[in-house]
Amino acid sequence: MSAPTYDLGKLHGGLRLQANKKESTAQPILEVPVPSQLILPIEQHVGQPAQPVVGIGDHVLKGQPVAEPDGELGAPIHASSSGTVVAIERWPVSRRRGDKAPCIVIECDGKDEPAPGTVDEDYKSLAPADLLLRILDGGIVGLGGAVFPTAQKLMQARTCETEFLILNGVECEPYISCDDVLMRERAPAILSGAQVLMHALQLDACYVVVESDKPEAIARIGEVLADLNDSRIVLKQVPTIYPSGGEDQLVQLVTNRQVPSGGLPTDVGCIVQNVGTAAAVHDWILHNEPLISRITTISGDGVVSPVNIRARIGTPIAEVIEFAGGYTDNVKHLIIGGPMTGKSVSTDEVPLVKASNCVLAVTAAPSTGDELACVRCGDCAAVCPVQLLPQQLFWYACADDEEKLREFGLTDCIECGCCDLVCPSHIPLTADFRMAKGRIRELADEKSRADRARRRFEARNLRLEQEQHDREAELTRQKESAKRAGPAEIAEILKRKQQEKKDDPS
Amino acid sequence: MKFERIEAPYWSPETNVASLMLQVLAALVPAAIAHVWYFGPGFIFNLLVAGIFAIAGEAFIMWVRGRPPEAALSDFSALVTAALLAFALPSLTPWWVTATGALFGVVVAKHLYGGLGFNIFNPAMAGYVVILVTFPMYLNLWVAPRMGDIDYQHLTIIQTLTFTLTGNLPDALTFDAVSRATPLDVMKSGLNNMATATEIRANPVMGDFGGRGWEWIGNFLAFGGFWLLIKKIIRWQIPVGVGIGLLGPAMIMYLVDPGTSPGPGFHLFAGATILCAFFIATDPVSAATSPKGRFVYGLGIGFLIWCIRRWGSYADGVAFAVLIMNMAVPVIDYLTRPQIVGHEPKEETSG
Repeated sequence: MSAPTYDLGKLHGGLRLQANKKESTAQPILEVPVPSQLILPIEQHVGQPAQPVVGIGDHVLKGQPVAEPDGELGAPIHASSSGTVVAIERWPVSRRRGDKAPCIVIECDGKDEPAPGTVDEDYKSLAPADLLLRILDGGIVGLGGAVFPTAQKLMQARTCETEFLILNGVECEPYISCDDVLMRERAPAILSGAQVLMHALQLDACYVVVESDKPEAIARIGEVLADLNDSRIVLKQVPTIYPSGGEDQLVQLVTNRQVPSGGLPTDVGCIVQNVGTAAAVHDWILHNEPLISRITTISGDGVVSPVNIRARIGTPIAEVIEFAGGYTDNVKHLIIGGPMTGKSVSTDEVPLVKASNCVLAVTAAPSTGDELACVRCGDCAAVCPVQLLPQQLFWYACADDEEKLREFGLTDCIECGCCDLVCPSHIPLTADFRMAKGRIRELADEKSRADRARRRFEARNLRLEQEQHDREAELTRQKESAKRAGPAEIAEILKRKQQEKKDDPS
Repeated sequence: MKFERIEAPYWSPETNVASLMLQVLAALVPAAIAHVWYFGPGFIFNLLVAGIFAIAGEAFIMWVRGRPPEAALSDFSALVTAALLAFALPSLTPWWVTATGALFGVVVAKHLYGGLGFNIFNPAMAGYVVILVTFPMYLNLWVAPRMGDIDYQHLTIIQTLTFTLTGNLPDALTFDAVSRATPLDVMKSGLNNMATATEIRANPVMGDFGGRGWEWIGNFLAFGGFWLLIKKIIRWQIPVGVGIGLLGPAMIMYLVDPGTSPGPGFHLFAGATILCAFFIATDPVSAATSPKGRFVYGLGIGFLIWCIRRWGSYADGVAFAVLIMNMAVPVIDYLTRPQIVGHEPKEETSG
């Protein structure tokens, strides 16, 4: 069977943004040398942080697991090079909440000595379940930026009626070009990874989806596909509109199916993997190299020469930038991730992690000017890819009206930032929505705690009432039977009671 | 190395309120020139008076509200209100009449509700209605349009300015000598006098569709309106809604009973239809905000204009239609929410 053809679905809204990708795609991927020190956060994925399995002073080899998943959702972390564990401590990282997180610090010995391993040359002989367990050991997570553990995502998809695999090569956010250069330089690895994934999922339909502004990548994938002669894999071009690379948006674009609110792509028969993830799966399954390096775009007007680099996970950003040519004199802000959804950090001591698809250094914050009142122009609603009414949500966010926020779909907001960009009043809508979501989560937590307490209280009241009721019923029953009983029977009962008292002196 | 933290997205916004307002003003320029050409320099004086009082009023009320006046003035929305008011007023209007409308629109209708963004009613239309109820006689002083074959009494710039400042015409002239009933007035009184629409249309002020001069101003307003549409400063739903709401019933009644019903062409070009469709009803603050809601809002305005013109005691109904629909906006917005992606189609819920 080959991949079924669907008419391209249409995405609501979205923006055509100036891509700013040419700067970083002009030269080939630059290999960053192994740094003197690697900083490996134990939380580089969605789920529970991994648990360190090495101690301070231990010698580790390249590719050796240093932290293992703990709990149902997680991924192992591997040493990106050989060396000695010198510390397990809190270190500055780029994350949504908080500035520091526990990290395993490795002093590299410069030998880059690999750990021995086995290569499953013929993964096709493995049962899908075994292959999934193998993938789990590779520490592979979604490299598009969401870092969902790949193995668990695949396992979940196996439990659903998944129809096809979508490889995400859309990369719609400006500046970021790491997937573009990956597709240009490693198309065979991506498609081989796709075949591994299809075997693991027992699927025989795969779309490789690329945005129309990447002609080189499209041509290269097409070439390799022609050589591969695998009719199960189909290359698909989509128009260049931000944010069509979002998982749910991509599913809608490719299959014209909407991922239900709060649901997953598997609810509509799809599983989405980033092209980088597919290449990582290939590297692990066919070459025994776990996820210890990644391609990252270094760009922005704050760096001397924008470029794509390949660096070991755990390399401090400062060293990456220095190797790539360094900052300009007037650099002011450092952003890990893209210009729309990235996170601004206060120091470049933070390490490059599995999620780091882009590092932007910029010389000036966007000129937003003063925030004015909303004039209800509705442009935000026109560009919202989820068809929300940001102008209404903004009112309810100001009023902290939780019920209305839910009703108007705040939890469906994907925080793409389109509404911010078109707002003539320069209202920081995305930041406001992020805060409102946080408050809703807090309220929900509080409510569930209060609910539990209330349920306990109500259950206790009910129990007490029931006991009271039972006692009264018993009393009435005794009274009734006493009324009905004749004198002889009463004497009998009294005698029995006295006997009972004697038998049971307590 | 240390860096300063900022919030995502790190991308400069594409536009700002002041630039939107300036573009709306720019879109009005061709029609303003046409207005001066057909109805004399009075429009410029009205615009100046309305502008000065709108700005002064806004500065004053911001001072009263304890806020920096430049914060409100720098968005140029007061100037848009002033310009729309100037378009709605006859070219011969004494300054205190214009000032009343401008001050009421900016101070009461806009700032007493919290300023730009919070006003429920369209400030220009609120100001116009206050004039309509306080100085009704001045709204009848439309001079005849500059057309060769009409008995036209020419007022000089000085005479017009004198009237604007004092409310007095030159001694030799009376109101009747310089003013003409507008096409809508002619139609209304004609129909009231049992004349047929066809007979009334023989009146020289009628022009090809909706009145000499008016038609050309309408064309230039539409030109500016289309420019705003192309620039995506306004969206199509409201103008199209107003058009269908007004011209639909006009067309039907014209086909059913052409004797008492002027045709859609007349309704389109007479009075303030085009000004309303592109510039007044499209004021985003007081309009509905969802795409479907805007269409409904436009439809409502168009239909109410038609109703008022047909059955009301006023010749035109734009101001009342807009204000009435302003009141309906919260309900329209609530009932026309778009379908959120990934949600089941909304069930009709009661209440």
